[in-house]
Amino acid sequence: MAYVAVRGGTIAIEESIKRLKFERVKKGAIATIPSIEGGMRGLIDQVMSEGSLYSETLAAIAIKQAEGNPEEAVFLLRAYRSTLPRKHYSRTIQSEDMLIERRISASFKNIPGGQVLGATPDYTHRLLDFDLIQETEEEARQWLSDFQEIQEKESDLRDLIQYPKVLDYLRKEGLIADCDNQDQEPDDVTRKSLEFPTSRSQRLQVLTRGQTGAVTSLAYAVIRAYGSVHPTVGELRVGEMPIYIDNPINQKTEEDDAYYLGEMKLTEVEMLIPVTVEKERGKKEIEFEIGYGICFGQNETKAIAMGILDNCLENKNPQYPTSDEEFVLFHIDSVESSGFISHLKMPHYVTFQSKLDSARKTKRQENASQKESNL
Amino acid sequence: MDDFMTPLLSIKNVNKQFGDGCDTCLQQEKDVLIKNFCPVCGTVYSCQDITFDLYPGEVLGIVGESGSGKSTLMRCLYFDQDVTSGEAFIRSYKDGKANMFEESAQQKRYIRNHVLGKVYQNPLLGLRMNFSSIGNIAEKLIAAGNRNVGHMEDRGRALLTHVNIPTYRMKEAPKNFSGGMQQRVQIAKALSNNPPILLLDEVTTGLDLSVQASVLDLIKQLQRELNISIIIVSHDLGVIRMLADRTMVMLDGKVVEQGLTDQILEDPQHPYTQQLVHSLV
Amino acid sequence: MSAYNFAFFDEGSKREIRRATLKAIAIPGYQVPFASREMPIARGWGTGGLQLTLSLVGKEDVLKVIDQGSDESVNAVNIKKLVGKTTGIRATEETSEATLIQSRHRIPEIPLSEGQILVLQVPLPEPLRAYESSELVTKKLHGEREYSGAWLMLFEQIMRYGNMSTGADHPVLVHDRYVMAPSPIPRFDNPKMNRSEALILLGAGREKKVYAVPPHTQVVSLAFDDYLFQTESSAGNSCKLCGATDVFMDEFVHEETGETYHQCNDTSYCLSRLNRKVLHQEVPLNG
Repeated sequence: MAYVAVRGGTIAIEESIKRLKFERVKKGAIATIPSIEGGMRGLIDQVMSEGSLYSETLAAIAIKQAEGNPEEAVFLLRAYRSTLPRKHYSRTIQSEDMLIERRISASFKNIPGGQVLGATPDYTHRLLDFDLIQETEEEARQWLSDFQEIQEKESDLRDLIQYPKVLDYLRKEGLIADCDNQDQEPDDVTRKSLEFPTSRSQRLQVLTRGQTGAVTSLAYAVIRAYGSVHPTVGELRVGEMPIYIDNPINQKTEEDDAYYLGEMKLTEVEMLIPVTVEKERGKKEIEFEIGYGICFGQNETKAIAMGILDNCLENKNPQYPTSDEEFVLFHIDSVESSGFISHLKMPHYVTFQSKLDSARKTKRQENASQKESNL
Repeated sequence: MDDFMTPLLSIKNVNKQFGDGCDTCLQQEKDVLIKNFCPVCGTVYSCQDITFDLYPGEVLGIVGESGSGKSTLMRCLYFDQDVTSGEAFIRSYKDGKANMFEESAQQKRYIRNHVLGKVYQNPLLGLRMNFSSIGNIAEKLIAAGNRNVGHMEDRGRALLTHVNIPTYRMKEAPKNFSGGMQQRVQIAKALSNNPPILLLDEVTTGLDLSVQASVLDLIKQLQRELNISIIIVSHDLGVIRMLADRTMVMLDGKVVEQGLTDQILEDPQHPYTQQLVHSLV
Repeated sequence: MSAYNFAFFDEGSKREIRRATLKAIAIPGYQVPFASREMPIARGWGTGGLQLTLSLVGKEDVLKVIDQGSDESVNAVNIKKLVGKTTGIRATEETSEATLIQSRHRIPEIPLSEGQILVLQVPLPEPLRAYESSELVTKKLHGEREYSGAWLMLFEQIMRYGNMSTGADHPVLVHDRYVMAPSPIPRFDNPKMNRSEALILLGAGREKKVYAVPPHTQVVSLAFDDYLFQTESSAGNSCKLCGATDVFMDEFVHEETGETYHQCNDTSYCLSRLNRKVLHQEVPLNG
């Protein structure tokens, strides 16, 4: 009979968990943590970003445990995250300090410092590379050492340096308005639930934690038809950001008395969005607004999409659901959406029985009134 | 004092602006404004110093072109928007001693549910399109504390019949109805709690001429039967002429002329009113 | 599990959840927002209830977990297992023995008593959501005690079906102030909330809300003067196993005869009645 009424749920669960392990290992080969860290950078970056926890190794464990299912891996990472106490808050980071690996602008050909293509699949032909079937670790190591040798010879010392921001250049030109620094403490959406209207820091956090597919789809809707936003990538940069904390022992820290914790790879995007601004005496001018996107790892589509949605939520055009902060922010979280959808698998016998009672009551009434009218 | 001589609703010095204003336009000389718009900071002064009274059983017309501030005024009176400054007193609410604009949100809701009824130009604003027509009426009755389905059904049926919605369509949602029918459901809804004051905002604008006439006839008939006080806003002087006892003419956020409707039609003083009256012929 | 603290959370997180809970108890029926954590079970699978349980549980507690009336349902077992693993406390199926009862969609048949805490899992805490989708607006409606929408939904059902057609989760008015979603318990269980001896806590993890019905609080199911609130009719059915009549029952179809029969939905209640029969031979066996 039904799985709720069956006594012995404990045994059933244990057997099911064994089945799950069987599925993971049945082919006799298992993915090792180093092989996941080495070969699944894209998935690791996505899982860290949606999981809101920066650790390649933890992400790799989650991916292994989840058999590569990103929503499950994100779930594991988030559940682990919520047991971690907050010990320190890092110093504010300035993205000018990013050690650039890749940096492009779709708005200007000649940006100061130049376009740096870096590592991107954008210009690969998407043809399945069957040679990968035969690839051996030895070959890979050989290729790597050759590559590094050439790199060392040809290095022009421009590798991993800091670049000025494209937007600063536009500011100097007067094409975008200076913006004030917002130095107030950001809200923490994992410590205090959202209340509406939200602050920008809340919105940015929910967006950067958002499910890659959901964030991308909503931003796609904006630029295709459901939003009047026509954005350009002002600057997209990928690189390592050094993270520091104040000296935890000596609280009265000097500026340079900081502890270096390590680096995080980030993707940062500043979108330029043209808007019409009404000036004095009804004169109209075109100015640029900025949509901001940032996320853990190299996650470019998501960062761009986040930049678009950030701008939509700033401007709140009531015509489009993509500008409705409740619509966007409440529905893009992977753990929440997949959790609620999957809960439909749980038994709903009681609720259904209760609804059945109402349905029968309605039926009885209808029959009664039909009899009445037949009389 | 005689009931007929005490105003039911007194509006005093109502101002509504969009924008913060600047040194130039906040100075008393509003001469700097182009129409109702400050050319320096872009602030719009939609309602400027509006004062008037509404007497029991009276129909007050407000006429003006679009952008004159008449609909903004109506939105303020129904608390759809907050006023920038000003006062309003209702005789039957707290002895006419409380400025309704300064009441709590809860009290404002009470006033909306018990003292006022409003019909919008756009039925989307006044009706829940996916609920039944009778449910739309019940909503106001429930809000006013009614908890008896039988009573509400009777009241809803009576009202809908009154506005010529056939009984067999009562349980249908207004989204299935024509524009004229939707307006009639809105009127029935607005009247559901017997409010002493009814606000009508461009209720016939956008309807076919024949439908317009039937809606106007309905309003006129209801007003006579129920002796309700009405403020009706329209850009169409023809509508105002047909319904209003007294008329206010608004232009660029200000009342430029007011008086008995006949008098305004016969002998308009302000150039804008003159132009309006001429166009009527 | 040594990598984790007692009851999974760090003490700071537990305190935060308890603070929200205290506020909820102080304002019966009011949905208190709280910083709902991601849990090791999925959002929508009882994370709200689980967070309440974990924030409240002490070493002395005895836990009962039920899902749809059953102690042995896979979901109940799963939650019990997690709490047991992270706390080592004892679990029971005996309602009267438990100090902490986490339940999904049911209130046990045995009346709860003073000192017990019932934690209900809530999927959708907002009783006005079907009427108004915006959280900002519904929050305002609660603030202004504007509940026409809740009654209007019921009125529409009467217009459409001739009767209130809510299944489970029939809205209630708590302490004459807040309209509250009782969680998807059958209407049969609504009256058990009224002036309950036990503290009832409701937790919605995904929606990040906690609310409460403190002991002895008045809880009234919404209805009209001429359309009264009705629980599911048991229509003279009795439990095939224990013969109980005045309980909420599951409906089954006999696989061979095609005949419909009923059983207590609350399995531990049914079991204890059966045990008593065996011990005392008091009640004649039915079915």
